[in-house]
Amino acid sequence: MTRRFTPKVVTANDLAEGDVVWLTADDRWTRHIEEAELIEDAGLAELRLLHADSQAHVVVGAYLADATSGPDGPAPLHFREAFRTRGPSNYAHGKQETA
Amino acid sequence: MYRYSDFDAAFVRNRVDQFRAQVERRLDGSLTEDEFKPLRLMNGLYLQLHAYMLRVAIPYGTLNSAQMRQLAMIAERWDKGYGHFTTRQNIQYNWPKLRDVPDMLDALADVGMHAIQTSGNTIRNVTADQFAGAAADEIADPRPVAELLRQWSTDHPEFQFLPRKFKIAITGSPNDRAVTRAHDIGLRMVERDGEPGFEVIVGGGLGRTPMIGKIIREFLPREDLLPYIEAIVSVYNRLGRRDNKYKARIKITVHEHGIEEISQRVEERFAVLRPQFSGVDQELLAMIEAQFAPPIWKTKAEPETPALTAGYRSWIDTNITAHKRADHAIVSVSLKAHGATPGDASAAQMRVLADLAQHYGYDELRISHEQNVILPHVHRADLPAVYAALRAAGLATANIGLASDIIACPGMDYCALATARSIPVAQEIATRFDALKLEHEIGPLKIKISGCINACGHHHVGHIGILGLDRAGVENYQITLGGDGTETATIGERAGPGFAADEIVPAVERLVTAYLDLRASDYETFLQTYRRLGLAPFKAALYPEAVSHAA
Ligand code: HEM
Ligand code: SF4
Repeated sequence: MTRRFTPKVVTANDLAEGDVVWLTADDRWTRHIEEAELIEDAGLAELRLLHADSQAHVVVGAYLADATSGPDGPAPLHFREAFRTRGPSNYAHGKQETA
Repeated sequence: MYRYSDFDAAFVRNRVDQFRAQVERRLDGSLTEDEFKPLRLMNGLYLQLHAYMLRVAIPYGTLNSAQMRQLAMIAERWDKGYGHFTTRQNIQYNWPKLRDVPDMLDALADVGMHAIQTSGNTIRNVTADQFAGAAADEIADPRPVAELLRQWSTDHPEFQFLPRKFKIAITGSPNDRAVTRAHDIGLRMVERDGEPGFEVIVGGGLGRTPMIGKIIREFLPREDLLPYIEAIVSVYNRLGRRDNKYKARIKITVHEHGIEEISQRVEERFAVLRPQFSGVDQELLAMIEAQFAPPIWKTKAEPETPALTAGYRSWIDTNITAHKRADHAIVSVSLKAHGATPGDASAAQMRVLADLAQHYGYDELRISHEQNVILPHVHRADLPAVYAALRAAGLATANIGLASDIIACPGMDYCALATARSIPVAQEIATRFDALKLEHEIGPLKIKISGCINACGHHHVGHIGILGLDRAGVENYQITLGGDGTETATIGERAGPGFAADEIVPAVERLVTAYLDLRASDYETFLQTYRRLGLAPFKAALYPEAVSHAA
């Protein structure tokens, strides 16, 4: 029996700003996970990650993160990824500052 | 205090210029991240969860008012108006932009500071007792030796690619406030026949395999220090494991080979190295010592005691330590206001601290590994004025050494390696104890929190240690008890299964309530009670259900 593939998003940090970014279906890097491409297939996920790795002049440390389909678009599954959509919990800094 | 020589200044500027060029080349795509990463780490620049982080060295935790003001300026101009003081006696900026970092480094160099070698497999920033040169219990100021070690290890050709990072801590007092037994090398000043020398401790460390360092030399004459340390590092450089980064620290080398074998090899190497040190190091030490000469002490009559408020008295009780001069005091400024982030100071607070150091403190400030700021020399007559100024800046929290004086690493609020958050746990514990109004009655209690097994928050040596983990996608907190980071160093014992985020504060409260019931007298501390009774009664308090099931 094959295990069901958990959908993924490609995520990284912006090279100049350090801010968290996600890869969109039309090859942009967005600051909002809702705009990311939700990848439902393992093979495609690897291809999209390869594409991200070729973007080393724009982003740093791309990887695949588990995600799910939320009401507004892709949403994080793990708490670490949820923090990355917001910022730290001790100050309203990071993404939540401008949200 | 110590000032850079011309050589140091040129060296630091040179490194900033190089790094500026490297950043440009990274941004225009001519350097890959694989090529750039080691370069940025060498310059103290990390990439964390939400942003870059710049880690600035504060050698042996000592800085002057101009440096503190510059740290404030940098925080305002290129960061978000605050800085985070860490257990490694450095300051971290959590929000720099890559393009701004060379300018930040230039601004640091303007006041003789830098971020060099706070990373990589090199000899790191030497840490020292935060009360150095001031403490009543001190044999001699350890900082000249710390500075000698810094100069000797900075860019030492043989030691740029050690098996792993290497940390040295030094104290000039028998009472160890520098956690020397949890460092790769710990140096504790001792006297023999009236001569000062060092007890040399090797192979301590925290992280995933915590170990208390072992004594490799009970007494090392002061003038043998550099050749002896060089012998240790060189034996480690040869024997240390490079095949597995989790087994690469000297604590594992000492553990695997045994302290006898290491000691024998070190002595052999020392016999070769000793004659090569012609005494230049001792001349250099003498020059450095002159720069650490104590200030010209103010003498003035004690003023009439002002009408003392309860707040002032309580602050004097907890935040003042005996100075080597009876008419002076050491002031610890708590960066642990109840509910605030441990170790954070705003730019405005940094300026207040700089002003106080300038007006009342012989221009000296210290950063402690417990993430507080110290005014090491304050005339007792000036204490009320210092207190009033601190109070106005929100810096007069009277909790040094108490339950809310918590060490917490950045955890998953910032750190990319974290498995759980640590800051909110510290904030909630402090807020809870403040509400209970019990912490003065509880007395000395060290709570230390790390957000992963790397143990940057020293949880292994907390009386109550808390380790944040990821248990199946949920934050979970494991408690260790009975740890101690002083001269009676001990690694804490795991108490049992972990607690969910909303259970950890009540769990800590149960522990402390149990202690208040169990202590033999008001003077028996948490640690003493734990040592007398062991884990069992505390475990019963932590897991009441388990007890009732067993009954
Ligand atoms: C981006 C942030 C950080 C990273 C990536 C990081 C990484 C690490 C790692 C990997 C270790 C384990 C080393 C080993 O066992 O070989 C470690 C240990 C340590 N770190 Fe950090 N750390 C960070 C922040 C901090 C902060 C903020 C502090 C101070 C509050 C700190 C203080 C320490 C200390 C004291 C140890 C001691 C454990 C030992 O040397 O045995 N670190 N760190
Ligand atoms: S203990 Fe872990 S989470 Fe905390 S700062 Fe160190 S590496 Fe990060």
